[in-house]
Amino acid sequence: MQPSTIVIVILVLTALAYQVGRRRSLAAVGGRRGARNLHSLPGYYGLLTAAWCALPALAVLAVWHFAGERLILGSVLSQMPAEFHGLDAGQRGLLLNDIRNVVAGNIPASAARPAVQAAAIEWSRLEGISRLAGGIVALCAGLIGGLFVWRRINPELRARNSVERLVEVALILCSVIAILTTIGIVVSVLYEAVQFFRLVPVTDFLFGTKWSPQMAIRADQVGSSGAFGAVPLFAGTLLIAVIAMLIAIPVGLFSAIYLAEYADRRFRAVTKPLLEVLAGIPTVVYGFFAALTVGPLLRTVGESFGLTVASESALAAGLVMGVMIIPFVSSLADDMITAVPQSLRDGAYALGATRSETIRNVVLPAALPGIVGGVLLAVSRAIGETMIVVMAAGLSANLTANPFEAVTTVTVQIVTLLVGDSEFDSPKTLAAFALGLVLFLVTLALNIIALRVVRKYREQYD
Amino acid sequence: MTDATPVPVLTSREKVAATLKRRYRAELRFRAYGLSAVLIGIMCVVFLFWTIIQKGYTAFEQTYIQLDVAYSAEDLDPAGRRAPDDLQAANYQLPVRAALRAAFPDVQGRSELKKLYGLVSGAAEQTLRDRVLANPRLIGQRDSVWVLADDRVDMLAKGKIDRSLPESDRAIDDMELRLFDALKAGRHVEVRFNSPFFTSGDSREPEQAGVLGALVGTLLTLLVTLVISFPIGVAAAVYLEEFARRNRLTDLIEVNINNLAAVPSIVFGLLGLAMFIQFFGLPRSAPLVGGLVLSLMTLPTIIIASRSALKAVPPSIREAAFGMGASKVQTVMHHVLPLAMPGMLTGAIIGMARALGESAPLLMIGMVAFIVDVPKGLTDPATVLPVQIFLWATSPERAFVERTSGAIMVLLAFLLLMNAVAVFLRSRFERRW
Repeated sequence: MQPSTIVIVILVLTALAYQVGRRRSLAAVGGRRGARNLHSLPGYYGLLTAAWCALPALAVLAVWHFAGERLILGSVLSQMPAEFHGLDAGQRGLLLNDIRNVVAGNIPASAARPAVQAAAIEWSRLEGISRLAGGIVALCAGLIGGLFVWRRINPELRARNSVERLVEVALILCSVIAILTTIGIVVSVLYEAVQFFRLVPVTDFLFGTKWSPQMAIRADQVGSSGAFGAVPLFAGTLLIAVIAMLIAIPVGLFSAIYLAEYADRRFRAVTKPLLEVLAGIPTVVYGFFAALTVGPLLRTVGESFGLTVASESALAAGLVMGVMIIPFVSSLADDMITAVPQSLRDGAYALGATRSETIRNVVLPAALPGIVGGVLLAVSRAIGETMIVVMAAGLSANLTANPFEAVTTVTVQIVTLLVGDSEFDSPKTLAAFALGLVLFLVTLALNIIALRVVRKYREQYD
Repeated sequence: MTDATPVPVLTSREKVAATLKRRYRAELRFRAYGLSAVLIGIMCVVFLFWTIIQKGYTAFEQTYIQLDVAYSAEDLDPAGRRAPDDLQAANYQLPVRAALRAAFPDVQGRSELKKLYGLVSGAAEQTLRDRVLANPRLIGQRDSVWVLADDRVDMLAKGKIDRSLPESDRAIDDMELRLFDALKAGRHVEVRFNSPFFTSGDSREPEQAGVLGALVGTLLTLLVTLVISFPIGVAAAVYLEEFARRNRLTDLIEVNINNLAAVPSIVFGLLGLAMFIQFFGLPRSAPLVGGLVLSLMTLPTIIIASRSALKAVPPSIREAAFGMGASKVQTVMHHVLPLAMPGMLTGAIIGMARALGESAPLLMIGMVAFIVDVPKGLTDPATVLPVQIFLWATSPERAFVERTSGAIMVLLAFLLLMNAVAVFLRSRFERRW
């Protein structure tokens, strides 16, 4: 039996259980007319029966599926000829891959080694048995669960309360997914990063100034060990983020001030959505723009001034990233400026201040914490931005503060290390996770601080 | 303080008047800074769109070359059985080359002929094969066929190759130029609407590359994202807004949601790689995994939007329902949720629009592979539109630049459509209380 067939059978059974449960509740009080004697509406009895039918069946099916695979694996491997015993993890993985491919028909069985062929046949046989048995057990579990409730249905059964409790548990489970995602990120990134730090000391990684993660194919090759000093990456990330913020903060802040304080309603209604278009454009489009338009443009302009600008300069990536972040800064600053109570402005006007003096000396200082929070969020976004730098910044890990040179960033290196083949035992792959860990921690810290600041500020005027 | 030098005594009025001019100038300057900031932002939008449209509108056109083909029976079907298998396997390069040689009998020599053959795309053979398979009686006859031109010829026909450059700097040399001009003079060259762009998958040859595969991959991925993240997001929002008491757990959930909303997307890609692919053994490059990763990413957006939609439903609705004897769950399910649904849908569409433009996490889970076939299921290898754009943008061929811009326009059109739907939903169904 295919897994999908079993699921469909279970769903049909569930629908039947609903009907049966509902009928029985009505029958217990002598038909529709007696429904008022039931504790809950008849539908709730149906729902309860259906839930008791579907949940055990699906749970059994899921457990069977995961446990079954392990058992089959063990059994198949133990039956293979002696030369396949005692392999290390990597070889075992390759062998399993071969067997799986034969089973799935990706490789014709005739092309495989005889031992693998035999294993594949054995695998298919066991899998068939396991699926059939799992399906039958799951259906039995569903039937038993349904029957259990069905027998207990009587007018006093508090069906609605039980159903509602189930609903509430389901809602809680859904909201816990947010926590689970965070845990998942931390665990997966941390686990691989720890593996990496076993191979490369943390201090070498954090304070080393040479980054060349290429692993040698031969042991005697020059630089065979690879160098994993991440300082050039941090410096490159910082350089690009600083350039981006030098664009985004003034432009974003001033446009927020203009739109919130000076612009009339019609001007605002047109320009604000236009600016926000910038926030909706996918980052890959910015990357294309940076790599094919801004980069060459800067190069030509630089040459006319006698400067040598690398075609993948930090400046191009930073400029475009700044443009991307403008609406982010401006809409946050706009919120913060409009949140400043009118009474503060009125007070300043009454003292004879001009509008700009009011803004500079009263509104902005009042809104400053919020704006700082917004800027921190923007910085965290600039650090984590990937596509623009992958497409427009280079791969060479230069430790430089010259914006005309090519630099590389943390995110670029994560992408280049992981795209393509990824064996999970080479330091090259694991290094990406170590970088990911650093990225996650830094952005997390920035976000927490920023959200705190923003929230505190909001409360101030609420 | 008594022996101060005599200072001219000014009234406050005079003090103010003395500085007023300067202050007004400062005011004007400040205002000008603000206005110019807004204008800079708008200029960026305009410049961005202008570059993309100006680079990419030609992607929707494609150059075709007319060939007078002779389907010789001994070349294509030596067995003479006209069996579909034979016709499928036949070598259609022969008639294409013969037709080109017949059109230019004066071209001789190996390298010259190679240039001549290079004028038409490799897809020309496929065109002939399709025609013959559809109508086997063509064999032994002559036929006038429009076939795809090579990408360099396409660039030339669209005027993207500067003829005034010295030969060595040009993608097309003088001889190819002469051949092209001869074809054009004979009206054998035509620029038409580029339908293969929308009906074929990726290709190494720019003239054959299309966005269909990426579009289907995007739709499958977004489908998974929507199916997973919308119900879960709404459920989480309902719990947090309607049921949860403030305690440690709900505080923790809230902190997590807010932080997840700001975690860089590439970190979600790392999660997907380590969890879904490495740990659970799901297939690489599959829309299923892409959808899972994007769901985790859009979940915070949907939860936040859904919560504000729930908050907007006035308490009087709930109180009325309670007053009629409804339980908490009944109140929420029957009354609050339907009223909040338009707002939630709007939030979901905005979340989907963000997921549509996302590419970094999908690079991590292998959706960057070069895939020619259009995916047929959730576990087939696939790519998505933004990643396709990335792949084309990093290809060296000149003709891919316009393809990339064309694909960007398709992507932006989709984004526009989704946002328009969101705006429509908001204006049509949102109720003010």
